[in-house]
Amino acid sequence: MSVDKDTVRRIAKLARIALEEERVAPMERELNGILAWVEQLQEVNVEGVAPMTSVVAQKLKMRDDVVTDGNIADAVTANAPMREDNFFVVPKVVE
Amino acid sequence: MSQHASKTIKGETGDWEIVIGMEVHAQVLSKAKLFSGASTEFGAEPNSHVSFVDAAMPGMLPVINRFCVEQAVKTGLGLKAKINNRSVFDRKNYFYPDLPQGYQISQFKDPIVGEGEILLDMKDGETIRVGMEPLHLGQDAGTSLHDQHPDYSFVDLNRSGTALMEIVSKPHMRSSEEAAAFLKKLRAIVRYLGTCDGNMDEGSMRADVNVSVCKAGGYEKFRETGSFKHLGTRCEIKNVNSMRFVQMAVEYEARRQVEIIEGGGTIKQETRLYDSKQNETRSMRSKEEAHDYRYFPDPDLLPLELEQAWVDRIKASLPELPDEKKARFIKDFGISAYDAGVLVGEKELADFYEEMARGVDAKAAANWLNNEVLGRLNRDGLGITQSPVSAAANNAIIRMMGDNTISGKLAKDLLDIVWSEGGDPVQIVEQRGMKQVTDTSAIEKAVDAVIAANPDKVEEIKAKPKLAGWFVGQVMKQTGGKANPAAVNAVLKARLNLPGEG
Amino acid sequence: MLLPSKLTDFTLADARDAVAGKKVSSTELTKAFSKAVTDAKPLNAFVTETPQKALEMAAASDARIAKGEARPLEGLPLAIKDLFCTKGVKTTAGSNILNNFIPPYESTVTQNLWDAGAVMLGKTNMDEFAMGSSNETSYYKPVLSPWRAKNSNAALVPGGSSGGSATAVSANLCLGATGTDTGGSIRQPAAVTGTVGLKPTYGRCSRWGTVAFASSLDQAGPMTRTVRDAAILLRHMASVDPKDSTSVDMPVPDYEATLEKGVKGLRVGIPKEYRIDGAPPEIDALWQKGADWLKAQGAEIVEVSLPHTKYALPAYYIVAPAEASSNLARYDGVRYGHRTQQPIHDITELYEKSRAEGFGAEVRRRILIGTYVLSAGYYDAYYSRAQKIRTLILQDFERAWEACDVLLTPATPGPAFALGEKSNDPVSMYLNDVFTVTVNLAGLPGLAVPAGLTADGLPLGLQIIGKAFDEATVLCAGRSIETAANFTAKPQHWWAA
Repeated sequence: MSVDKDTVRRIAKLARIALEEERVAPMERELNGILAWVEQLQEVNVEGVAPMTSVVAQKLKMRDDVVTDGNIADAVTANAPMREDNFFVVPKVVE
Repeated sequence: MSQHASKTIKGETGDWEIVIGMEVHAQVLSKAKLFSGASTEFGAEPNSHVSFVDAAMPGMLPVINRFCVEQAVKTGLGLKAKINNRSVFDRKNYFYPDLPQGYQISQFKDPIVGEGEILLDMKDGETIRVGMEPLHLGQDAGTSLHDQHPDYSFVDLNRSGTALMEIVSKPHMRSSEEAAAFLKKLRAIVRYLGTCDGNMDEGSMRADVNVSVCKAGGYEKFRETGSFKHLGTRCEIKNVNSMRFVQMAVEYEARRQVEIIEGGGTIKQETRLYDSKQNETRSMRSKEEAHDYRYFPDPDLLPLELEQAWVDRIKASLPELPDEKKARFIKDFGISAYDAGVLVGEKELADFYEEMARGVDAKAAANWLNNEVLGRLNRDGLGITQSPVSAAANNAIIRMMGDNTISGKLAKDLLDIVWSEGGDPVQIVEQRGMKQVTDTSAIEKAVDAVIAANPDKVEEIKAKPKLAGWFVGQVMKQTGGKANPAAVNAVLKARLNLPGEG
Repeated sequence: MLLPSKLTDFTLADARDAVAGKKVSSTELTKAFSKAVTDAKPLNAFVTETPQKALEMAAASDARIAKGEARPLEGLPLAIKDLFCTKGVKTTAGSNILNNFIPPYESTVTQNLWDAGAVMLGKTNMDEFAMGSSNETSYYKPVLSPWRAKNSNAALVPGGSSGGSATAVSANLCLGATGTDTGGSIRQPAAVTGTVGLKPTYGRCSRWGTVAFASSLDQAGPMTRTVRDAAILLRHMASVDPKDSTSVDMPVPDYEATLEKGVKGLRVGIPKEYRIDGAPPEIDALWQKGADWLKAQGAEIVEVSLPHTKYALPAYYIVAPAEASSNLARYDGVRYGHRTQQPIHDITELYEKSRAEGFGAEVRRRILIGTYVLSAGYYDAYYSRAQKIRTLILQDFERAWEACDVLLTPATPGPAFALGEKSNDPVSMYLNDVFTVTVNLAGLPGLAVPAGLTADGLPLGLQIIGKAFDEATVLCAGRSIETAANFTAKPQHWWAA
């Protein structure tokens, strides 16, 4: 399988990474280089094989329903590029 | 509304059927969030109920809250669904400012709860069986405020990470009334279970409504074949946040679709927003972009494996749910299916009724509750839990009415007194001499006095036995309303030689 | 015990004993290393130096030692890969997108080290978001290897992604360092810089507070000058952490205590699939030498087969970018990190421009690949298939364990290469991890031990792979290689003025 320029644009949009038009062709080449190389996986017979869901044999840990965190709005917002009254601020979102 | 709430719309080209499916997001009642130890409490200062996990700071990892899992299992059992002992959390990837991770941890392929059903009791006595899709347990997003500034939106992550149950029905509803009844019933179930507070004002329960229309007969074919090709294209109406709005949005949307189709247009599958002020739905531009959520199992979590014994323990601890309570009310109290359905619609109401009906005529109690108590609560804008007269006090009043201590008329007066002044109904009856007079000699005396004072009426009644009512009224007046009406009737009959039954 | 002629020549174990025995103070040691760090600026091993903090920590350590309250790593200066969040100290993950990020929390691994008394010298440079095998993808410029080929002044890469840590350890800028390993990022740079690098079993070290690259593969581990030092450091990095759902609930053993058990009777597997076409003959020769060394010490050498080995790297280049594309979605310019200063019209543009400016070319490439393989219609062909192949790879290892206790393989397909040599061809760069990546896919522990030099005088390493949570045996076997190899070469001190 390989990607075309439209697919590259669509993926970049999905990933929210601006891709200038002159970068589309090189990116197409680079991605297709990688995709051509991983193509060899198609020759493996994976019938009846379960996909790996966890590397270690371990049961999922669970917490008790206790409030142990929060009330750190200053720390949570300290690194924000733009904030106001402990809100994060972004350009207006239109619904 | 109800005159519009039929299953078909009469169009210019014939009858159209409405088909409705609902997607409800119900916040799990828990103290802490699904994957972090921050509080779920509503209405806190911005970003104060936020941990570094909820803000998706680099390197933060989720650890699941056992109680939230239990709540989802409970809800599944309440929907008569199979619990899957192995489920997987997936990431649903998309960008939005109030989705800090850039993905929502939810369930996609292997959810915790399988298919279930909800029964709806309609006014006409019909029971509608609504099939339920598997229930997914996931995280809620934060909230964006768009009205604080002309150019900016403000993001608050307090809700981010709160556990959410995604409860989706099959398209098995056929009218706006059924849609509203569905929401009401689902709300009752989760409130009975204590798994969600069902508070639509605070957004802890939110409904999206899928509406489509098809030509008459299409729905039947869909149910027979399971093929969606018999249904029309659906539109999803977002965040319809009250039962009433659900009804109005469905009505509006179905008509809109019929008008478009009959005008030669086609329905575009899209997300629409219900505007309650204008009572209309409109397209949401922001949701127009084709979504590709790139689901995959969250590698920060392992599959969720439940022990059957644990599930069984939860099952054994389930409270009685509306359907079972309704059946019991009908069987034990002999009340009508409709009355029972109304009573169990709210757990507090059902509890109130049960306490009220203890040891008295249950039908009389149901009538009393419906006609007297609910009428007064409605008048005062109060809920059942705020009733000024407790269930026990109402029970005492009904009891006194039943054993003829007080008359029905005085019982209502008594209810008004306790309603406004409080106090123990039994004592009030005692203190204010409201006891019914059943002493025959006293009644005879009063009857004789009325007869003596009204010889003309005595003559008249011989021809018109219906005049007996007038005599009863006079006797009641003489006794200050306390005479037992049955006893008065009996004495009158004997004195005036009236026929057996009158 | 003799003090080395220079304090910075100490091994971690010797420094520990010297500090505990009050032969040298933590402050003296820390000053010596801080000076070495400053002098080594040309190597660009550190993104952030924290000499002030180091001196404060050293003073606190000396106070504890004076009171007789020394902890296991009391007063020992370490370098921390800039992927571990350090409270109040800038943490960049080698990326522009986190250029100004100051974590308000401390990663579990580093907290464990500070709780054991260690001293932080600074944060080491790395490939951006740990994506790279040469440290050339760092926003903060490449790290240089302290090593140079004989008769050459050409700059060499230190490997990656933990290249800053590898250089810092190799050039004696610290007693040891932390690294992280997603496809070989500890072992490959260790091997090409003549140092020891251990990737523990997945789940042994908590991932909490470490910037994520690929969650199912990432694992922190020690980078040191000796196998003993790695054993000591791992014990104090690893822990049982209720904050990481994938970390394991198993007590951490005392790896140092069992280090000298030897390899007598140990069955060492030689996986034939690790013999690859086009590898330099020196690699094969060294591998044979390693087997001979272990055999000479009483180990039994057995040939084993890991038939799916050749699919590991391509499977990795589906799984890792897929997870990364999702893990890196949080860098959106909203709550922290780089936000574009260009004029923007809406939130989508804010995302697109901030992320395009914030991420470097390799990270962007991997996010796009990862987005593609997860997108509708491709999931089964790529991601799901790759995860199935992971299962097959794990099964390969499980079958091998029936015949052997550890595996011996080369650590890398070759020595350090020149700066810029492979940066234009992603796939040839990826091939650097061909021997290390299988271990990540199967979650197993792997140890790179320096074992010899090429004809050009550049270090080469061997790798020991073990069963899950059997780091103790892996370290024992590594110690035996180390003893036999007697690797004493050090890079020329060319960088100091």
